[in-house]
Parts: sequence; C-alpha cells; structure tokens
Amino acid sequence: MAANPVPSSERRLWTFHGGIHIADEKALSNASEIAVAPVPKQLVIPLQQHIGASARVLVAVGDRVLKGQCIAAADGYVSAPVHASSSGTVIAIEERPVPHPSGLSALCAVIETDGEDAWAELPEPMTHYAQLDPAEVRERIRWAGVVGMGGASFPTGVKLNPGPDRRIDTLVINGAECEPYITCDDRLMRERASRILEGVRIMRHLLGGPEVLIGIEDNKPEAIAAMRFALGESDLRASAEVVAIPTLYPSGGEKQLIRILTGKEVPSHGIPAQIGIVCQNVGTAHAVAEAVLDGRPLISRVVTVTGRAITAPRNLEARIGTPATDLIACCDGYREQPRKLVCGGPMMGFELGEQGVPVTKPVNCLLALTAAEAPDPGPALACIRCGRCADACPANLLPQQLYWFARAKDFDHAQDYNLFDCIECGCCAQVCPSHIPLVQYYRYAKTEVWAREQEKRKAEEARQRHEAKQARLERQERERQARMRQKKEALAAKAKAESGTSSEAKQAAIAAARARAAAKQQGASEPTDGA
Amino acid sequence: MTSTLISSPHVPRVNRVDRVMLQVLLALVPGVLAMTWFFGWGVLVNVTLAVGFAVIAEALVLLLRRRPVLPALGDLSAVVTAVLFAISVPPTLPWWMTLLGMLFAIVLVKQLYGGLGYNPFNPAMAAYVFLLVSYPVAMTSWLAPELLSGIDLSFGDSLAMILHQVLPAGVDWDAVTAATPLDEMRTQLDEQLTIAEIRDQSALWGVFGGRGWEWVNAAFLLGGAYLLWRRTITWHIPVSMLAGLLSLATLFWLIDPQTHPFPAFHLFSGAAILGAFFIATDPVTATTTRRGQLIYGACIGATVFVIRTWGGYPDAVAFAVLLMNIAAPTIDYYTQPRVFGHGRERAR
Repeated sequence: MAANPVPSSERRLWTFHGGIHIADEKALSNASEIAVAPVPKQLVIPLQQHIGASARVLVAVGDRVLKGQCIAAADGYVSAPVHASSSGTVIAIEERPVPHPSGLSALCAVIETDGEDAWAELPEPMTHYAQLDPAEVRERIRWAGVVGMGGASFPTGVKLNPGPDRRIDTLVINGAECEPYITCDDRLMRERASRILEGVRIMRHLLGGPEVLIGIEDNKPEAIAAMRFALGESDLRASAEVVAIPTLYPSGGEKQLIRILTGKEVPSHGIPAQIGIVCQNVGTAHAVAEAVLDGRPLISRVVTVTGRAITAPRNLEARIGTPATDLIACCDGYREQPRKLVCGGPMMGFELGEQGVPVTKPVNCLLALTAAEAPDPGPALACIRCGRCADACPANLLPQQLYWFARAKDFDHAQDYNLFDCIECGCCAQVCPSHIPLVQYYRYAKTEVWAREQEKRKAEEARQRHEAKQARLERQERERQARMRQKKEALAAKAKAESGTSSEAKQAAIAAARARAAAKQQGASEPTDGA
Repeated sequence: MTSTLISSPHVPRVNRVDRVMLQVLLALVPGVLAMTWFFGWGVLVNVTLAVGFAVIAEALVLLLRRRPVLPALGDLSAVVTAVLFAISVPPTLPWWMTLLGMLFAIVLVKQLYGGLGYNPFNPAMAAYVFLLVSYPVAMTSWLAPELLSGIDLSFGDSLAMILHQVLPAGVDWDAVTAATPLDEMRTQLDEQLTIAEIRDQSALWGVFGGRGWEWVNAAFLLGGAYLLWRRTITWHIPVSMLAGLLSLATLFWLIDPQTHPFPAFHLFSGAAILGAFFIATDPVTATTTRRGQLIYGACIGATVFVIRTWGGYPDAVAFAVLLMNIAAPTIDYYTQPRVFGHGRERAR
C-alpha cells in the first residue's frame, strides 16, 4: 500500500464499477535499480511477438547476425519486424516453446551469441522528427518493431495512425501498473522519466497534438514524483499532466484507465480512437523514444522477476529472446521450489509449462509463486449466486450468469449477456466463495464461439465455392448446348442448302435429258446420212 | 510445478462458501439465545434435532446421487437450512414433524433439484409451508413466552413434550401456549375490536410487538447488522423488504389507526426481521442483480403486509419469500445492469 501521501491533482477523476483491493506485493521487487541482464549463450527469438501477421524470416541457419539486425520482416500492415538482440550465429530456425497461454510452440530463430554484442549499422537518429512527415516517423517506429509493451503487443505504428478522419483529443499514457507484484513500469518511470516523456512527445506529435494524461496508481509515489519532476523540466508541461489515481485493480486496464481519467467509455467492441483517445503504455513510450531518437530497434525490455520463490527479486533489462531460466539465475535462482512460474501478473498472467521459454516484447513479469502465495483453490463448489462476482466486475457484467451459460454450452445466451465485454481481469474468480475458475469458463466460451464462427465462415465459404462451381457447370452446360444447337442448325442449313442445289441440278439434268431426247426424236425423224 | 496449467488468477481466494455459512450461523446466535430465553429449551432441542436430521438426509441423498459427501456437508448450507427451519417452528413441535420437514427441505426441495445452488425455492421456508399446510394446529401452537405463562419448563419437560408430546404433571396446554401476537391481533381485529381495545385486554403486548417477541426480533436485528458489517449480505434485500412492509403498514395505519396496528408492530411481532436478514437474503433463491434485489425485497415486504392484513394466515414471510422465489429469474432478466461500453439502453 502507498506509504507516502501523494499530492492529489486538481483534475476530476471518474470511477468504474467494481474492481478489487488486493495486496500489491510491489515492495518485493521495486527497491533496487533496473539491472542489465548479461548476454545469454543462446537467444531464442520468436518470429511472432505481436498481434497480427507473423514476421517473415530473412536469415538462414549459419548466417552471422549483428545486434539490432532485422532477422524477420513485417508481413502486412498489422505486423512487426523482429531484430537480433545480440550478435552471433543463427543455429536453428525451428519450433520452440514460447510464452503463450496455450503452451504451444512457435517458429523461433535461435542465435548462438558470440559475446561481442556487436551492433549492426543503425539508421540516423530522427531528432528533428517534428519537421518530418508523420508517416516517416511512423515508418521508423514500425521499422523498430515497437509494439504495445503493456501486454497486448499491438503494433504501435498502427495504433499511432488513427486515420485522417479521426481526431484524437487525448493521449492517455498508462503507468497505472495495477497488477500486483509487477514493478517494471514503476522502475522505468523512476529511472527514465525524461526518456518516457520524449516518447510521449513524439507520440503526441504523431497524433496531432492532443492533451496528454499520464495515469499512475497512487501506490507508486516515487514514480509519480519522478514523472512530475521530469514533466516540469519538459516543454510538455503545458499540454500534459501526471495524474495520481486511486489504487484499485484493474485500473490499468485500457478501458478502465480511460474511464478514470476522462469519464468516457470505450464502446463495446470498439477501440479508444472512436472516442478520440489513444492509450499507450509508458514502456511503449520509452521504446518509441529509443527508436526515433537513437534509431534503436526494440531488442530489450524491462522485466520484473519476482515472487517469494525468487532469491533476489528485481527488475532486469533483458534482451528479447533471453530464456526465463537465465533471468531467474540472474536473480540468484530459486529460494524454494515454486509452485508455479507465471508469465505476467498473478491476476491475468498465465502459467508457464516450460521454464526455458524466452522473454518476448510483451512479457513484463516472470513470477515464481510459492505454495503459500498461490495456494491450490481446491475443487470448485456449487455457485450459490451470491453476486460477489457481479459486484467486483469492472465491466459490470453478470459473471455468474455467464458461468451458467458457459457451463451449459449455451454460447448464444452467453453472448447475449455480453461475454465479449469480459476483459478476463480475474476479479470475479478472486472473490468467488465457491472457488470456481470463472475466467477459465469465459475463455473456453470465447474460444468455442470463435471456433464456431470460423466453422460458420468456412461452411459459408464452402457453400459459396460450391454454388460458384454449380453455376460454372451450369453455364458450361448451357454453353455446350448452345454450341451444339448452333452446330446442328448450321448442319441443317448446310444440308438444306445442299439438298436445294442437288434438286435444281436434277431438274436441270432432267431438263437437259428431255432436251436431248427431244433433239434425238427430231433427229430420228430427219433423214440421216447413208446408214 | 503442477502438471496441468491452471488459468489465472494465481492468487489466494478471499471468500469461502463455508465461511459465508458460518457467518450466517454466528449471526443467528443472539436470536436463538433470545428465543431460548423466552420460549425455553425446546428451541435448542429443535435446532439440534433439525441439524441432525438435515445432515443425515443430505449425506444419504449425496450417497444415492454418488456425489462426494464431505465437501457438500462441509459447506454448512444444510445446517443453515436446519437452523432457520427450527427457529421458525413452534418450540414444542413433535420430533417427527421436524424430521418430515427436514426430509422435505433437503431431499425434495434441495437435492432433487441438484443440491446447493440449484434449488429454486428456499428449502427452510418450503418445509415450513409444507408442515403448516399439513399440520396447521401443531404448527400454530406456540408456547407463550415464559414471562407470561409463569411456567418454567425444564430441559427434561421440553424434551418430553417434543419426543412424546407429554406435558409435565399439573400443566395443561392452555397454560403454556398462547396465540402469537400476530395471530392474536388478527383474531381480535376480525372480532371488530379496535386496536386500543385489543391492546387493553391482554398482557400479550409489549412496546412495539408482543412481549418477548420484540426482544427476539431485536436479537435477530443485531445478527443482521453483524452480517451487514461483515459484508456477508448487502443492504439491498433487507432494507427494501422492511421498507416495503413498513411503507404499506404506515400508509394504512395513517388511514385508519384503529384497524391497522402501529407500523413497528409489523417489524417486531412476527418473522419480519428474521426474514429480511436471514431468509430473503438466501443468495441461491433470491435475485442476483442489485436493482432486482430492491424489487425482490420490496415485493416480499408488500406481500407480507397484504397476507397479514387480508390473507388467511397470521404471518406470511414464508409465503411471500416462496412467491418471490418464483419471480426471481424474471426479475433478474429485466434488471441486468448496463454493461461497460454499452449505451444507456438495457443490455439487450
């Protein structure tokens, strides 16, 4: 909980429904400065670390790559390139376990590092970005592979391009960091506040100069102070404000933070740009500054390695692709055997089945929880409809109704009760007295609905293909018949024409024959020569 | 590391069903003690018998249904049902009626619908109504508070009355029983007496309700306040139910104070307080949306007043609760909250 009182700002704040107060556990890891993790022996760099199309690999096994060299290019508009995070040799391009809730593997470039950490040639810094065409600056951000660092990993260049017909009034910078345990944004704000603000300045420029609101939960007084101090030094101070918001999970959810700071609600199934708002994480702002001002691609990020099973919890600046085991070793390893290793925070993170998975761009935390921290909730009991879940739900849903529908596989009703407005924050499951894994039910229901929609789409496509084929066959048949008919008619016409000429010839022949016969008769009646 | 990956959240859960039920049981203690003080040992004997019958019945059905027995018994919901039933029935009810009631509540009303969480009706109230309809005399033969009858029934006397329906020597039924305040009020009003006349002719009346009864209700109110303080229940149902009852009672009392008792009488004479904090708040059978709970509670309160005033029974909490149990899903459907990011209109 917040130790020092935070000077409250004058700004009016709004609230959202529900939310929970939960031990923040930040003190475990927020005391020491961000340390740079050493270059690991091997880097495992997944080609898909973002929402959108997987990047297209540009290197081959055996190639030597340099730090910052692009090893996979963006494939399509909503995509992001991937860069080598240290120098070395590509020893494999193969499926490896990656940090993903499914626990499945994905295509990765495996680099054996050479320890030289030699940089590739980088593009010129764009310190004069304000004079450049925004498209050029966006292209740089895109080149650098910057994606949302708060967890969603949506390509930042795309998000900073809301289109000419959308006016952006407010740029919300998310420094709330509402998940317990995680402190990477906290440390980043304390230590690199001015860099973050430079990134904010660039993003503000690209969005046409909106008002900037930087939201930070009031359990991070040092970060608030550091950001306010840096803002006071910056020319942004006239257009930006650091706003301390009450600590309440999940205030750091994009929709929740926007609501708190502006009172506006992002429409269901919509995006913030529809209401004139763009929301970016502080880590993303930092990465944008690095890309534009230094020409540095996104090859490292701050990761909180924490949990009571870790000997020395702290924040590490880790190269993308560093295996989790290396980072845990960097924190003096385990103090006790963890009950589970979670990627992300305890409320929304997912358990890692494999400890060797690499850090990717959206991984903000590796959380090794002891049995005491994450006890087995035991078998789920019956829902008693107490409604605590509905009280806690920040989307104002009726979680227990969704649960009944998901359980009964009644997905139509689940959608009627707005299943897809669920942000999977876990508040409902945390307060459920029956210990029902509610979020798991919602994920299951969503997946089923997606699968069905895909199936429907496939069926629809198959139907269209079938109909097209039918139509084609019918057309061909018609054409064939038409051709046949034409041919027949032609033949008939020809035959007619031929038969016409033959009868004329016959008659002519007959006439000729008659003429000859007549001539003969005449000849016979006339005297002939001596015979 | 666990072999199967568990979905988030990965934090200790803060609530437990058995703790919720335990809070309810704790909150019932003052009321049960007050009842024991005024109505004798029979209250505790009934509570014990009912709990025993309920637990055995639940265990047997769970065995028949091939469901794990201990987790279901451990949630204490059967115990809560038993206690609520036991304090709703007369303290000298024959033991086999308690047995019948508990079989009805646990086997028919609860387990045959699928057990805790699936029952549409409040089991304790359904059992109460079942017995009231089947054995109206036994179910309305309330003991007079001991301070009125002056007869101090020992533990053995109470046990004998419950087990064998024998009274102690030299005591007859009329001496120990008395109409409940609600019953008395109703009977006398039917005799065309005015409230003032009714209150003058009997020692039954206390300041608000019946003597003794008002203290029992005060004790239940204390328990209800405890539940609110511990956030085991929210204010919506109790407040709206009492408001529904009080507003109608006040309206009619203002219109004609000689044929309608003082509004506080309605609160402190029957099962209104117990019903508002402990019975209508049963989460399984109540509405779940907050707006729905206001409607649900208000309708129960209003129904209680209507049945008490014009219906065929002196008290009506059980009937009112069961009636509104039927309406709960519909109320829930029409009172869905506005989901984040949706317009002002109802969710669908």
